[in-house]
Amino acid sequence: MKRLAFFISAWACAATMLLGLAGIPTARAQLEVLDENQAPGRTMAQQATKERQIWITADHSRHAILQNEFKSGPEVTKACLSCHELAAGQFHKTIHWTWLDPNVPAGERIGKAGHSINNFCINLNGNEPRCTSCHAGYGWRDSSFNFNDEAAVDCLVCHEQTGTYKKFPTGAGHPVQTPTVFKGNNKTYNPPDWNKVAQSVGRPTRTNCGTCHFYGGGGDGVKHGDIDSSLAKPNKALDVHMGLDGQDFDCVRCHTTTLHNIAGRTYATPAATSRKSLIEDDLASKIMCESCHSSTPHKPGIKANDHTDKVACQSCHIPEFARVNATKMAWDWSKAGQKKDGKPYAAKGPHGKPSYDSKKGEFRWEKDVKPAYFWFNGAINAITARDTIDPSQPVAINWPAGSRDDENARIFPFKVHEGKQPYDKINKTLLIPKLFGPKGSGAYWAEYDWKKALDKGMQAAGLSFSGEYDFVETSYVFPITHMVAPKENVVACIECHSTEGRLASLAGFYMPGRDDFKTINVFGWILVLGTLVAVTFHGLGRVISSSRKEG
Amino acid sequence: MTGKKMVNTYLYTRYERFWHWLQTALITILLVTGFEVDGLYTLLGYKMAVEVHNFVGLGWLIAFAFFVFWLLTTGEWKQYVPTTKKMFTVIHYYMLGIFRGDPHPVPKRKEAKHNPLQRIAYLSVAMFLLPVQMISGFLYWSYNSWAAWGLDWLSLPVVAAIHILGAFGVLSFLVGHIYMTTTGHTIFAHIRAMITGWEEIPEGVELEDWEKRRRKGRQAADSEAPSA
Ligand code: HEM
Repeated sequence: MKRLAFFISAWACAATMLLGLAGIPTARAQLEVLDENQAPGRTMAQQATKERQIWITADHSRHAILQNEFKSGPEVTKACLSCHELAAGQFHKTIHWTWLDPNVPAGERIGKAGHSINNFCINLNGNEPRCTSCHAGYGWRDSSFNFNDEAAVDCLVCHEQTGTYKKFPTGAGHPVQTPTVFKGNNKTYNPPDWNKVAQSVGRPTRTNCGTCHFYGGGGDGVKHGDIDSSLAKPNKALDVHMGLDGQDFDCVRCHTTTLHNIAGRTYATPAATSRKSLIEDDLASKIMCESCHSSTPHKPGIKANDHTDKVACQSCHIPEFARVNATKMAWDWSKAGQKKDGKPYAAKGPHGKPSYDSKKGEFRWEKDVKPAYFWFNGAINAITARDTIDPSQPVAINWPAGSRDDENARIFPFKVHEGKQPYDKINKTLLIPKLFGPKGSGAYWAEYDWKKALDKGMQAAGLSFSGEYDFVETSYVFPITHMVAPKENVVACIECHSTEGRLASLAGFYMPGRDDFKTINVFGWILVLGTLVAVTFHGLGRVISSSRKEG
Repeated sequence: MTGKKMVNTYLYTRYERFWHWLQTALITILLVTGFEVDGLYTLLGYKMAVEVHNFVGLGWLIAFAFFVFWLLTTGEWKQYVPTTKKMFTVIHYYMLGIFRGDPHPVPKRKEAKHNPLQRIAYLSVAMFLLPVQMISGFLYWSYNSWAAWGLDWLSLPVVAAIHILGAFGVLSFLVGHIYMTTTGHTIFAHIRAMITGWEEIPEGVELEDWEKRRRKGRQAADSEAPSA
């Protein structure tokens, strides 16, 4: 009996030990995620995003209505809306549809469909069929477009997953009906296989968003500098979040969406009003770095944690933008219109990018660009084509809001795009040219006559033009927030804490290593060198007097 | 030098010597890293300079607290009490007598390691310059906590300016101080004393009343020194 009891208990012990051993690998695996040598903010973010499994309960390729024959986009949209009744109504309220700032009264006309201006192709008015190839809609050909038409919403451009759906560059948002060559890039655009495209729909990926956002300004990397086609399949070195060998985030992972409204800044409305982490508010949007990383993400005692109140994460973690593809840094419209042998021409420059185009003027492209830094509270202020300018100096078309004394403002990296563009010499406003259109429409790209183009453009925008124009230098800023580099490539302290450093031109605060006190330095060195001179003479005196005595 | 017989005397206890050289090392590191942070040169790299500076700075604060404790409990602080007696004689000596080969008017003794000029110099360094440096450095270090500590009326440039001014003061003190070590009866006599504890001093110099440590256990203190 005793023996049996001993036997049983011995077996129980052995089994427990074996099970315990088996448990070790599991514990190890957990340790890898919770590496204690890793910055806590990184661990937090990993936990906030791990094991994301998307599951769906519908297979669009089996929906009967998507087997129908479609001849156009709106027909597909109607099919979508037959189940998703509320989708178009939701989408109609967003800036992606209106191209107007939803946070100010529509009458203020803030937005690219309004009187907002940039120093790229300047404004939409009069140029619709070209620009609206990037509108998530069909048929915005001119100002008569019906913004209440539900069937005019383009569901596919954001949701299709075949990668074959292409809107024609000058088709007002429509794809072509028959294969067509676009003269601008000599590429053939094919009509979509509507059924295949419609049945492929899913959640938007980087490629969906990139269809328009990589090519803002009419070409790859023209506008942003931190968003271009290199982000379709980036590696971790280019972007730690989106890298295929990293987290492989889609845009909507951070640009969280409610009712088709996508999180992000719109003009003077910051992307987020508070810097809360998901721990403080689990329904907060994930648009800020702090949402997942917290505002003290570095290891305890690391100086960088002290910087997060005044320096945005992006300032150190995005050392350069346009790290794979070059981005346009300057555009001089005043040089447009030159001809070779009486014909418009284009020239290629560094980085395989155009340096001149008779239609558009002269460009400067750059790669691996160090950002400019400004105080930024998340809002970007801008002038419109109605605002008076001072043409005697470069005109800031938009600029980051915030200052050293603004408690919501932090130092933030920017791309600054320089321009030279037409303005009204009498009215002292920036001008909107009609660029795109057939011969006879007054379009600059057809007739190369600025006066006509400006007249038509301003007319389309409902604004007045005195008839006298010249060109003025302008600047336009983009916050830099994508292309977050691996931590090894972070901006070193000395790059800002030095006289000629990245923050050399940000005034109004003291920074060790960058600033010094002239008088104190002069006084200090006089004191130190004075002492040195005094003791040297004293020492010499001793040497001389003692050698005299001895001699 | 003067024909007087020199006696090997135990001047500095082990703790004093240890403290002296520790402080030398700490202050040197603080100067070197501090001026790098200030932007004068690149040596360790900015980040490393800041980390070393802050670590050593805080370490120094703690070590200094021990030193103050030692001063108070041993009564050694009395050696820093300033006096004007013979001050001008000492100044006169360094300005003239030293060149003629005169003996030092106030030679070192165990009970009076500092002459009147040293007393006033060390006192102002220990009571004013170093505390200013420590306080301004500590405030500089705690910049991010100012608001929480109710100190947000402080201005960073002012604190930094004081800290830099202090750094120049420390550096120039160091230059003078190092030179003064060569003024013993041989060039390295003073340095040797601070390393070994022992220095040759002229025989038979009596302590004058004003120099004496007013402490009962004087005899006991004397016998601390091992006999030569
Ligand atoms: C002999 C003593 C010291 C010297 C000579 C010294 C020297 C300097 C100098 C020259 C700077 C550059 C200031 C500027 O350019 O703005 C500096 C910065 C600084 N010092 Fe000191 N310092 C000393 C002690 C301390 C102490 C005790 C602390 C406190 C813990 C401290 C903390 C700091 C801090 C926080 C900075 C700003 C840069 C940084 O964060 O490291 N220092 N010091």
